Amino acid sequence: MDFSVVDLSRLQFALTALYHFLFVPLTLGLSVMLVIMESLYVMTNRPIWRVITRFWAKIFGINFVLGVATGLTMEFQFGTNWSYFSQYVGDVFGAPLAIEGLMAFFMEATFVGLMFFGWEKLSKRQHLFVTFMVAVGTNLSALWILVANGWMQNPVGARFNTDTMRMEVTDFSAVLFNPVAQAKFVHTVSAGYVIASVLVLGVSAFYLLKGRWTQFAKRSMTVAAAFGLAGSLSVVVLGDESGYVLTDNQKMKLAAIEAAWHTAPAPAGITLIGLPDFETRTTRYQVEIPWVLGLISTRSLTGEVTGMSELVLKAHERISSGQIAYRAVQVLKRTPTDAAARAAFELHKRDLGYALLLKRYVADPAAATPAMIDTAAWDTVPSVPLMFWSFRLMAGIGFLMIALFTAAFVISTARRHEQYRWFLRIAVAAMPLPWLAAELGWVVAELGRQPWAIDGVLPTFLATSSLTPALLITTIVGFTALYGTLAVIEVRLILAAIAHGPVEDLPEPAPVTALPIPSLAA
Amino acid sequence: MAFLDYEVLRLIWWVLLGVLLIGFAITDGFDLGVAALLPFVARDDVERRLAINAVAPTWEGNQVWFILGGGAIFAAWPLVYAISFSGFYLAMFLVLSALILRPVAFKYRSKSEDPAWRARWDWALFVSGLVPALVFGVAVGNVLQGAPFKIDDDLRATYVGGLLGLFTPFTLVCGLLSVAMLVLHGSAWLAVKIEHGAVHYRARAIGAGAAVLSIVLFAIGWGFVATGTGYAIAGVADPLGPSNPTRMTTVVQAGAWLANYGRHPWMVIAPALGFGGTALALAGILLRREAAALVGSTLAATGIIATVGVSMFPYILPSSIDPHSSLTVWNASSSASTLALMLGVTGVLLPIVLIYTAWAYRVMFGRVTTAQVVANIDLY
Repeated sequence: MDFSVVDLSRLQFALTALYHFLFVPLTLGLSVMLVIMESLYVMTNRPIWRVITRFWAKIFGINFVLGVATGLTMEFQFGTNWSYFSQYVGDVFGAPLAIEGLMAFFMEATFVGLMFFGWEKLSKRQHLFVTFMVAVGTNLSALWILVANGWMQNPVGARFNTDTMRMEVTDFSAVLFNPVAQAKFVHTVSAGYVIASVLVLGVSAFYLLKGRWTQFAKRSMTVAAAFGLAGSLSVVVLGDESGYVLTDNQKMKLAAIEAAWHTAPAPAGITLIGLPDFETRTTRYQVEIPWVLGLISTRSLTGEVTGMSELVLKAHERISSGQIAYRAVQVLKRTPTDAAARAAFELHKRDLGYALLLKRYVADPAAATPAMIDTAAWDTVPSVPLMFWSFRLMAGIGFLMIALFTAAFVISTARRHEQYRWFLRIAVAAMPLPWLAAELGWVVAELGRQPWAIDGVLPTFLATSSLTPALLITTIVGFTALYGTLAVIEVRLILAAIAHGPVEDLPEPAPVTALPIPSLAA
Repeated sequence: MAFLDYEVLRLIWWVLLGVLLIGFAITDGFDLGVAALLPFVARDDVERRLAINAVAPTWEGNQVWFILGGGAIFAAWPLVYAISFSGFYLAMFLVLSALILRPVAFKYRSKSEDPAWRARWDWALFVSGLVPALVFGVAVGNVLQGAPFKIDDDLRATYVGGLLGLFTPFTLVCGLLSVAMLVLHGSAWLAVKIEHGAVHYRARAIGAGAAVLSIVLFAIGWGFVATGTGYAIAGVADPLGPSNPTRMTTVVQAGAWLANYGRHPWMVIAPALGFGGTALALAGILLRREAAALVGSTLAATGIIATVGVSMFPYILPSSIDPHSSLTVWNASSSASTLALMLGVTGVLLPIVLIYTAWAYRVMFGRVTTAQVVANIDLY
């Protein structure tokens, strides 16, 4: 197989981002759960809550360091692998990343040291404050990253400057209050809350099944049930579909998710299942529920959900319009004062990015043939089967999580934690599911954005650095080996900590039937 | 805010770029230094734990200077971010790999008592301190020499050259200077932070050697810069112009990096601080004034980094193969509105960061002792 620089850069981004997001959601959710647990300790003054807090803080710590370690690569990858992207949109995109460091990550990282090392040096309330600041920092961090990511999906508040050949900020508050970013933030942190709750629930269920640390496990389970129920409702109900009607690309993403090849009369039905086929542009064996999609995506019975064919026609028009903008830019590069070119540019500048799609086929987009324009217009459709299935799997898991936490909530409220062993087994088995859903969520969001790096502004294939495939393969292999090793070590450490139990802090003697602790030295 | 025109904003952000790099060097710098000298300063497990716990509660926050550096260069100097990190690609890969090991090594080392397990993580910590310290110095050397890149009229950069090309006698001197400077800083930190005992005394001995080495290497580096390639703007620069490097011309001149000291004699403060700070650190170590040693090593790092900045001004990243593509303060920044916005944000947030960072250090104030390391289960 012969991979291009853009393929390999995308592969590396996908690997590092998906890997990073194995650890981040647990950090997001567990930090908030630690605040809840430690608040209960400070309010009730009962030592069991201190045990609970310290045990989950230990798990938090093992996971946190890998979130940080993998975040390092993310912060610099735009520069290393996406050099032209960085030049083209750094004026807008860099700001949220910098603010993330200054406002959020500093807070999180400074207080996390005190959280682990300050138990003996701080009063109870001070320590709770420190834990609270870790949670605030972590969640603020997600906000700013999603402001940056939201701007890639819906690039508001910026314009192309022909003097500097890049996008520049015109309205920062539009970037900050971008509805896509806001929806993504709520959706993403809620997913983190669900993931943390599932871990706490599953581990507690495991202890209850084994009859170990039962007082500890029951209380942990109750916190997880309540927090997880809120999180799973929020992640599904406040999903980010509401952002899918805003731009052509977001509409395309929705159409691809639904395999909506053509615009359906309002209110559109939702396709529950089927087999989308790109060649014939139809979906076979389709099972549809009327009205639902129109309600979800437009929040009305009258809003239309545009189909892919119609969106491709629109892309066609925008490419033609973009060619005019592109020609004008070429003139303005040499003669910034050319009035005619300036006027043409102002009229067509919002379609400039569409002309750049042609660069895949021809060096000068102004000289493209109609066949090229046609192909480029169809390039705006992401992979339909991938979107269709990823979304359904993710959403299905979301509904399962609601069911799981509803049951857990009822059982915990009735104080029958140990009674339904079948439920405890399900809770253990369900642990990997929300991670899968979260990863699929990113697949939908980012592969659904293709062919764009920045929706309608910069195609992904233009955004790369001047690297060679050999260089990229070197770092992909290197990072994968390093990350793979660390992942194995982390999972073993977490399993060992779980098998070990909250033993250091608990006055009660360790049970005789202790589980074998996996050896760490291998 | 009329006085904050584009020129002033660019100057402020050039200073802030320096503040960030210096902030990173004087906070995370001692963490890197401690990690790099771990195998030498501490021989058995209790000793190593002493050294590790001298930085463990605060290193995480210090590291954010590095991450913030990435974000702030992206936001304020997007062209610098785009070209330097993609150009120094494999060097960056080495740094990131080493830094990825660090949080993990700090945390996971203590999770098992097995000596082989701990020895492996000690290695990881050593690498995580030494490699970034060396590569950062080599990278700065390459920035001074100019990097082999070219910018076309779409402002797309093409970089030619690989990892091995980064290593020249001059850049190696820079790399070693960076290691010596951070090891000195790390030793001074250990001298302040650890109770009197074997580790403390070894740290002082190593620190004294590193201080002497820093002075020698800084002098050699200065000699290279005084006689080697420098860059100068041909004609008049436009500090208010658009950030477009293709609109400026540069000439290459031997010794041009010293021209600023003739134009602005006060800039001599920077190299003077570099030499003076190192000397103060050495004196502090020899006279057993540990706090003075730490102040000295802090000033040394400040002076040495500032020397690079003021020598090159207004250049940030010159191009060796196409000098006209060179990045300067006047052609590589973000737009005026982004610079102004980020300045406001920094003005509000940075003081808050400094306040809670100071509080964190105060909570953890005092020397780490063997007794604590043995008794406190929260320590690494």
